[in-house]
Amino acid sequence: MKLLTHNMLRSHVSGVTRGFPLIIRADEVKLNSVDFNREFVARMIPKLEWEALVQSAESVSITYLGHGSDLPRELASGYENDEEFLKKVHHVLLEVEVMEGALQCPESGTEFPINRGIPNMLINEEES
Amino acid sequence: MLECNARTKLSKEQKKQMKKEAKAKNILLRHEGIETVSRPTKSLVVANGGLGNGVSREHLLDVLKTHGLVESLIMPPNKPYSFVTYASPEAAVSAYSSLSGQEVPSMDEEQKVSLYLSFVDKVEVKETPPPALPPGLRIAENIVSPEEELVLLDSIQWETDNSNQKSLKHRRVKHYGYEFRYDNNNVDKDQPLPGGLPKFCNVLLDRCVAQGLIQNMPDQLTVNQYEPGQGIPPHIDTHSAFEDEIISLSLGSEIVMDFRHPDGTCVPVMVPQRSLLVMSGESRYLWTHGITPRKFDVIQVSEGQSVGTVSGNTDELTLSKRGTRTSFTFRKIRHGSCKCAFPSVCDSQQALEKKSPPQVKDLEPESLEMEYVHKVYEDIAGHFSSTRHTPWPKVVDFLMGLSVGSLVADVGCGNGKYIGINKSLYMIGCDRSKNLVDICGERKFEACVCDALSVPFRRGSFDACISIAVIHHFATEERRLAAVQELVHLLKSGGKALIYVWAMEQEYKKSKSKYLKDGKLSNETPQESAPSLPIHTNRTAFDSQDLLVPWHLKENNQGRNNEFCSAKREKQLLPGSVYHRYYHVFREGELEALCGRVTGVTVRHSYHDQGNWCVIVEKL
Repeated sequence: MKLLTHNMLRSHVSGVTRGFPLIIRADEVKLNSVDFNREFVARMIPKLEWEALVQSAESVSITYLGHGSDLPRELASGYENDEEFLKKVHHVLLEVEVMEGALQCPESGTEFPINRGIPNMLINEEES
Repeated sequence: MLECNARTKLSKEQKKQMKKEAKAKNILLRHEGIETVSRPTKSLVVANGGLGNGVSREHLLDVLKTHGLVESLIMPPNKPYSFVTYASPEAAVSAYSSLSGQEVPSMDEEQKVSLYLSFVDKVEVKETPPPALPPGLRIAENIVSPEEELVLLDSIQWETDNSNQKSLKHRRVKHYGYEFRYDNNNVDKDQPLPGGLPKFCNVLLDRCVAQGLIQNMPDQLTVNQYEPGQGIPPHIDTHSAFEDEIISLSLGSEIVMDFRHPDGTCVPVMVPQRSLLVMSGESRYLWTHGITPRKFDVIQVSEGQSVGTVSGNTDELTLSKRGTRTSFTFRKIRHGSCKCAFPSVCDSQQALEKKSPPQVKDLEPESLEMEYVHKVYEDIAGHFSSTRHTPWPKVVDFLMGLSVGSLVADVGCGNGKYIGINKSLYMIGCDRSKNLVDICGERKFEACVCDALSVPFRRGSFDACISIAVIHHFATEERRLAAVQELVHLLKSGGKALIYVWAMEQEYKKSKSKYLKDGKLSNETPQESAPSLPIHTNRTAFDSQDLLVPWHLKENNQGRNNEFCSAKREKQLLPGSVYHRYYHVFREGELEALCGRVTGVTVRHSYHDQGNWCVIVEKL
């Protein structure tokens, strides 16, 4: 699960109001290199929940770097022309993958396991 | 320094030799647990000199004997090495010092193989008596004379007649009486082939009855011709298709046929030339039989045992080169269902028992989808995925038309065949089948496991969604509506969803979809038993909107590389098993009407594509 995917996921447990962002428990993180596409990243940023991305980058980077990430808390204007910034976002969105761990609903506490990079979001687990 | 000098004195050839020997030793230890010793003993392991890489006992013995009296030569089946024990250590030393690098002929490869020898402390000899024949299996030797054999072989007109002769990937085959269909491993019982069984078989069949080998006259004949290297995957002849006795005449060459019990027991059976193999009872119903595709068989050395099971005695096995073998397999078509004592592998009894198709109204839609959609995809995921590589062109067009950086959800993504289509999008897939989503993961696609009625993606965030062949699996109109609604929830304003569902109308505007097979008639009738969902005949028109569509599980290719007598148990998904998936096929206009019930969207485009109804809806 890439952090961009995480940014699009929410808890769908019945009764939750927002269910977002899901809390990441990263037991194993993998780094993959992905070709940088400036236009892709610049167009993706407005679609993100920025605060949630910063949070998730923090929680995951501690697992793989031992320290926090260095994304700014708030988006600066004119970011679309800041190549260095876009590369940083590119790395966080696409190159960091949570392979093992879990996602937790921030409201109900329900846990969804991540195995081999695949979150299992089924609520009734008895069948899988 | 001294050591270096010593090394430089070795020739390049010698160094290469030493390297290879060291490598061979290491492999033997790591993979086979065979520990070699550096001091001379009476026994040597002969790497590369094994039945597994095509070296026969005779060829190897010829070479080994030149160094002294050979006490024993152990050749484990399928292994690329063997063990020789000499009467004296001197002979072993002589062999060791001159045979490393020696080339011997291989039946397997074009070129010769080079031997590498190392001393071993002791050689274990496993004495295993030949296994018993599977119950119900008999072999009648010399059922036809060499003259009759020639006449029978001449009677098959391979070339002139194409209608009933199919060239399968791994052998030549021709059918008489009834055509055997490899798509469903059954026969069309109400469509006998003209001419029935050929006259030239009468003498043989009368003889079989007279000798008590069979009780009933067969009415179907399949002739298979196998060249060396060809084979047939392990299978059980479909119970519902044929009666108990199945006989097979072997002409032209002998063969070793492998019989396997579901518990993993494997019995290799030597079937001699001009013999008749009779399978009945347990051997016909429960055991699979197959021929491993290879150019030679592992057989016993002793001439006396030219028939029956091949023992595991490693000190008397060798190789026999295969010739062209033609088999005549006679079967009797079964009318009615099979009532054998082996329900676990009986398609008739499984259809009755577990898969007794329910009425939609009798079963909660959730349970129906669970049993006839979710569980089935979980079970067939591997085979299903192997048949799904070609993306549909119009779905590709839709994805290619989206702008760079679009966020796209593929709800019901299956094995992810659309996820990597357009690299400038960000696509996330989801599917109810964990096994299918795991395949996405292996392909490095982003995907998660979830239900299409409760998709855990942020609402109002996606530029586009696709739902390809998903919504027809929901059992009620309300659930189908909820599935469309869930898609629309994911879209942002102006976002588009492409939806494909299977169409009742497989022929539209006088053009038949590729799904239909010419001349195939449906017998989509409800089962005679309790009221139930009709079972669809694949590749025919639909007679009903709510139905069960069979999935015939095929043997995967992996079966072909299997080990000689491997006791390894694969997950018991029997090739030939039939699974039923529930579908609601849509009538013309139905999908548009369904989308019309969802507020806040408009149908931008609708069309018929290869037997599917398709719409593009846009969120307002």
